[in-house]
Amino acid sequence: MKMVMKKSVRRELEALFFVWPFVLTFVFFIVIPVIVAIYLSFTYFNTIQPPEFIGLKNYVNLLTQDNVFMMFVLPNTFKFSLIVGPGGYILSFWLAWLLAQIPKRSRSVLTLIIYSPSMTAAVAMSVVWLVVFSGDASGYLNSFLMGLGIIHEPIQWTQSPHYLMYIMITVTLWNSMGIGFLAMLAGMLNVNQELYEAGYIDGINNRLQEVWYITIPSMKPQMLFGAVMAVVGTFQAGDIGVTLSGSNPTPQYAGQVIVNHIADYGFIRYDMGYASAISVVLLVVVYGLSKICWRLFAEKD
Amino acid sequence: MSSIHANKINPTRIHRSQFKYYLFLISLSAFMILPIIFMFSQSLKPINELFLYPPRFFVENPTFKNFYDLFNVTSVTVIPMTRFLFNSIVVTGSIVFLSITISAMAGFALSKLEFKGKKLLFEVNIIALMFVSAAVTIPRYFVVDIIGLTDNFLGHIIPVLAMPVGLFLIKQFVDQIPNEIIQSASIDGATNFTIFRKIVIPVIMPAMATVSILAFQMAWNNTETSEIYMNKETLRTFAFYMTTLTGNLENKVAGQGIAAAAALIMFVPNLIIFIFMQSRVIDTMAHSGIK
Repeated sequence: MKMVMKKSVRRELEALFFVWPFVLTFVFFIVIPVIVAIYLSFTYFNTIQPPEFIGLKNYVNLLTQDNVFMMFVLPNTFKFSLIVGPGGYILSFWLAWLLAQIPKRSRSVLTLIIYSPSMTAAVAMSVVWLVVFSGDASGYLNSFLMGLGIIHEPIQWTQSPHYLMYIMITVTLWNSMGIGFLAMLAGMLNVNQELYEAGYIDGINNRLQEVWYITIPSMKPQMLFGAVMAVVGTFQAGDIGVTLSGSNPTPQYAGQVIVNHIADYGFIRYDMGYASAISVVLLVVVYGLSKICWRLFAEKD
Repeated sequence: MSSIHANKINPTRIHRSQFKYYLFLISLSAFMILPIIFMFSQSLKPINELFLYPPRFFVENPTFKNFYDLFNVTSVTVIPMTRFLFNSIVVTGSIVFLSITISAMAGFALSKLEFKGKKLLFEVNIIALMFVSAAVTIPRYFVVDIIGLTDNFLGHIIPVLAMPVGLFLIKQFVDQIPNEIIQSASIDGATNFTIFRKIVIPVIMPAMATVSILAFQMAWNNTETSEIYMNKETLRTFAFYMTTLTGNLENKVAGQGIAAAAALIMFVPNLIIFIFMQSRVIDTMAHSGIK
């Protein structure tokens, strides 16, 4: 009996040796910050005085008092996420499918090209976008459109409440072929070839049916991974509006999405309690959306 | 039957029927690559071409002057740009090495060892895949501050080491190793550490390569740690220095060439690493599915 005990303790310690560095950093910089955010969301905290417990007041204010949140942040986040999330995901899937139809050598080159805007930091890409969308007549887009006679006066693209959101969406779609795209490409290449042959014998007669009845069901785990990455990436990408317009809040709140609202309250107004409440809402929304993806793609068995 | 073979997924050779896919792909990728080409072109433009009206997309008389200026001129701060570059290289190198090491160790334990809380750790890690780090910037700052990592070089490194995606990908890959191999090595007297080093590491190399790319991109492109944890200029990284170059860039035409040169320095390492590791990444991603 003693022997058995000793052995199991030893086993635990050995496993602990392998997991502790990860668990420690994971707990300190992911788990604890989430718990602290939940705690602070129930307090008033201005970083000078200690946090003061105020119950659900932050959440109540968020839903009833915060006009900016209701009028701009929520609709903007909704619009941005709805186009960039599913749009980027479908685009990734479509490009991955096209890439799977050609031989390896040319596929590698084209994958690299399609992936390259996504591997670059947003800040490096913003160098390009700021110059392209430059607001005077010598801006690249202005000059191009004026040359074609489509517009007659230069447009202040990134400062304009009309265009900022569209520019944010375009730019983000450009670099949304990230890790989810690679996962779907890999999943697609690993679908068992015999399934296709069997499918055609069973009466599949076009490529759309092939994708729907064979490709997607055979790569559900990768579809799910890609979907989760798309949801997270979309909400993480919201900073682009501030980078492009150079200010938080963005001009007339035109590009204000939820992550900017958090930064606005946290780092500009130092209302940490309120900022934390918005953070918690964001985490819950992302979790909920990921769960929906789970429903769609999880293997049912 | 012939139509199936002509339309095969993952074909081995070029066939006439693939023409339409090439047509789509080549025109789409030509479109996707535009900003990258523009970045190259812009960084090579001499000053008179930057001011040209109407502006031209391509450079006509390429010059390395922008790079030269970037390395020699300290327009924003008194600190030479090479200092930021050096910081970035040290920070990124450390993060890549440490982060793949801890992910591989934990991935091995999670897949092949038995311990209390194993299931919990895996499930919490799956939930953490959905973690939006931007949401907890503030509480994370408090944790970093309390531990004493602000204005500390380690503040760039330690807070970002735990990568849920990294652990997940490596664990899925270790799952491919048959348990019998591990057991027989164990019976032969090999310790877990020997098994990890001699059997597991060689097999999971593709997954480690993939995670190292992800860690590299995350670390190299990170501006947050410099912006929030570091007050001392000398401790900040190249990615952060980039953000100082892009401020009000639309109106600083002369700065656009230098900014593009800096952007290129940000971009090229990502590109080179991915070129070398592409096939390994695709190998790993085949096991990336969440089941």
